[in-house]
Amino acid sequence: MKLELRGITKRFGSLVANDHIDLVVNSGEIHSLLGENGAGKSTLMNVLYGLYAADEGDILLDGVVQKFKGPGDAMAAGIGMVHQHFMLIPVFTVAENVVLGHEPTGLLDTLDLDTARQLVRDISERFGFEIDPDARVEDLPVGAQQRVEIIKALARDAKVLVLDEPTAVLTPQETDELMGIMKGLAKAGTSIVFITHKLREVQAVADRITVIRLGAVVGEAKPTDSASALATLMVGRAVDLSVTKKPSTGGDAGLSVSGLTVVGDRNNKVVDDVSFEVRAGEVLAIAGVQGNGQTELAEALVGLRVPTAGTIHLGSLDITHSSVREVIDAGVGYIPEDRSKDGLVGDFTIAENFMINRSYGPPFAKGLSIDFANREQIATDLIAKYDVRTPSQLTLAKKLSGGNQQKVVVARELSRDLSLLIASQPTRGVDVGSIEFIHERIMATRDAGKPVVIISTELDEVTALADRIAVMYRGRIVGIVDAKTPRETLGRMMAGATV
Amino acid sequence: MSDVTETTPTNRGQAIIREIMSGGATRAILSVALGFLVGALFMVFSSEEFLAAAQYLTARPTDALGAAWTAIAEGYSALFRGSVYNYKADNLEAAIRPMTETLRFAGPLIASGLGVALAFRVGLFNIGASGQLLFGALWATWISTRVELPWGVHLVVAVFVAILGAAAYGAIVGFLKARTGAHEVIVTIMLNYIAAGILTFFFRTPELLREADGGGTPKSDAPAESAQLPLLLGSDFTLHAGFILALVGVFVYWWLMERSTLGFRFRMVGHNADAARTAGINVERTFVLAMAVSGAFVGIAAANQALGVRAGLTPDIDGTIGFDAITVALLGSSTAPGVLLAGLLFGAFKAGAPQMQVIGLSPEITGVVQGFIVLFIAAPPLVRAIFRLPPPQKTTVISDWWQKLTRKGDVK
Repeated sequence: MKLELRGITKRFGSLVANDHIDLVVNSGEIHSLLGENGAGKSTLMNVLYGLYAADEGDILLDGVVQKFKGPGDAMAAGIGMVHQHFMLIPVFTVAENVVLGHEPTGLLDTLDLDTARQLVRDISERFGFEIDPDARVEDLPVGAQQRVEIIKALARDAKVLVLDEPTAVLTPQETDELMGIMKGLAKAGTSIVFITHKLREVQAVADRITVIRLGAVVGEAKPTDSASALATLMVGRAVDLSVTKKPSTGGDAGLSVSGLTVVGDRNNKVVDDVSFEVRAGEVLAIAGVQGNGQTELAEALVGLRVPTAGTIHLGSLDITHSSVREVIDAGVGYIPEDRSKDGLVGDFTIAENFMINRSYGPPFAKGLSIDFANREQIATDLIAKYDVRTPSQLTLAKKLSGGNQQKVVVARELSRDLSLLIASQPTRGVDVGSIEFIHERIMATRDAGKPVVIISTELDEVTALADRIAVMYRGRIVGIVDAKTPRETLGRMMAGATV
Repeated sequence: MSDVTETTPTNRGQAIIREIMSGGATRAILSVALGFLVGALFMVFSSEEFLAAAQYLTARPTDALGAAWTAIAEGYSALFRGSVYNYKADNLEAAIRPMTETLRFAGPLIASGLGVALAFRVGLFNIGASGQLLFGALWATWISTRVELPWGVHLVVAVFVAILGAAAYGAIVGFLKARTGAHEVIVTIMLNYIAAGILTFFFRTPELLREADGGGTPKSDAPAESAQLPLLLGSDFTLHAGFILALVGVFVYWWLMERSTLGFRFRMVGHNADAARTAGINVERTFVLAMAVSGAFVGIAAANQALGVRAGLTPDIDGTIGFDAITVALLGSSTAPGVLLAGLLFGAFKAGAPQMQVIGLSPEITGVVQGFIVLFIAAPPLVRAIFRLPPPQKTTVISDWWQKLTRKGDVK
């Protein structure tokens, strides 16, 4: 089926999220929609899927104008969507999930699970998915769950399949498998819209590429174009994707973690006997697919979770059972992975956000009162030094873009006198310009002789910043390797293989 | 746009509080106007002249309209005479008396409103102002009727004990929430019953607080003169120093919430408890502290009720203050000036209601007006729909600025 978008415009107030976007996806084509976070890709797809009504423009399928009032209409017309966050019910089986919402029924409206199972088997066989229809979704690995989402769409006869950032949660190997599936589907005639900001994947799989920036189409590209050409198109200027890294000076032990074990919310060991050491002036990156205990490890390091076993030493100071405040006062800077939930108070101004972890004494407090004059001065300085783009220091943090919000967090943490920096997903949802800046600041912290721990699921980021890489899998550290270790090896480790 | 992230509320209740509180002055004023409009309807339909004229509405509609207008004008001018200035009075003293009555009623409303408002700012629903007030009043009464202290000292101690008692009672709520995760709404409601029971028990038991020659009804002695809040305008007016205490409370509340680091942490926890925890704030301890301070403000209202009278107390000294406090905090958007104004408005309702009764209107109409005002405040989408206000701004400031920025195109 041929999908055509003509002049799609979507405004939110005075913000134009999509500005007259034209897009043609031919039958059996993998069409990549490339753009930075916040470029308007997801908005466009939500318009296509009937979640938003476009202010202007038309959606055409095989030349016929469509009017979608909701996702139901879009699905009925043959559009299937695999969201970045899976829409599956974990305790249901694959078959149950696939038929949810259009269940085949037998006598007296009973659920006909046999038909459902057969449906899953048929589709699995046709595309080589290897999915057991009776497996419970929560028991499946993430890559398989994603395939369930795809089966769900195909079970409804989707002729156009939209994949929204599908590789964010996958290991490199799973990513390769997904690409194989995409090619197979395209060969069978399904049109695929592949939304991503990862250049490597676009080059590997796309037939055609449309680049959007700030809500508008800025051009088409070929998969054979170089990565830097694509990046330039995407960002709107020449980008230097590499990070200049001086050799690590390798000083004294800064952070030593030994036998650390953390029990999670479901009473399982989410961090299991983890030991490592980070020297002063060194970056240790903790790589791994999302959800393998990295979050909990970071939270244990800063005192947000109480470890059940093991020790954490900062220099000679034992901080295993220190409170968050004690850890902060010991000079540990922490950039949490979810900035809007844990890193910022959205309804506070930027200036207020600079003082949230230092409200007890100077420089932000004078006695029992806030030192407003001092705070204004500090905020002015930090906004300038960390290039936070804001109309005023009294702007609410939630009004800032993701990149600028992250710069506020980075500024707050790095402006203290640190003895250790822990940065969890420091550039998630951040525009390329800010990524460069944040990477620069993190490396400057390292070069100033501080130990740095980076937790990231992006292999590119890990290899660019790290001196050494620890790979986590199911709560354990599979191995700690040199930063020059090839991607393939790291990928295998992320899937649990030991070196 | 995924990168313009809104803060994830830690729970739905906090999100609702935030939405209700975010309305600001415009919505408060519109809600008051709407409330008065509804009150006017009640006046019209309880007017016999209007109902009579309505029977021949089609023949002479002007009669009905005239009657309606008269009913509204008479009703609200009675409210005005009863609460602000009685222009029909013979002398100045009688003319300004209503205003002093309004201030007297407003005192405890403002103080307890501040208490509820503070809890709101920390993301907590303090439905327990009534219980905190009774508990504070209980110990204040103990001091004022059972303890003998020198002039000056007696009053100070009694006020202090009222505040301390209410604060302690509030702290229980915070403690239970922090320790057991019990929801503060349930806990405060139950503690209201307990406080009322304890107070009645004390007022009924001769060995405890029952009046010296009392009969079977629970009642205390009148507070000792040395423990009474002094009258402000001489013996012809009932306005007492409790109102001054409430004004001091307004100032303290303002300083605490807007200037102090403690208030900063209170607000931080109220806006985003997760971020507060990550920033090293002990959220549980903050809940306990906030509920104690919330109770302390209610304690000022307790002092008003227990020490602002010249006669013995009965167990219903809280009246409807505990619940009015919620409406005052809501209408005042939990800000110091807002609570002050809202408290004065509702104090005027209380003072003016009897005057409405004089002209044959049901005094409960003020209660209806009050209820509708809060309804409109608490249902922001309703008010937005009625006045066609834009939805709460999500992108206007940022988007203007975003566009300005993006037109330049490049990022350094």
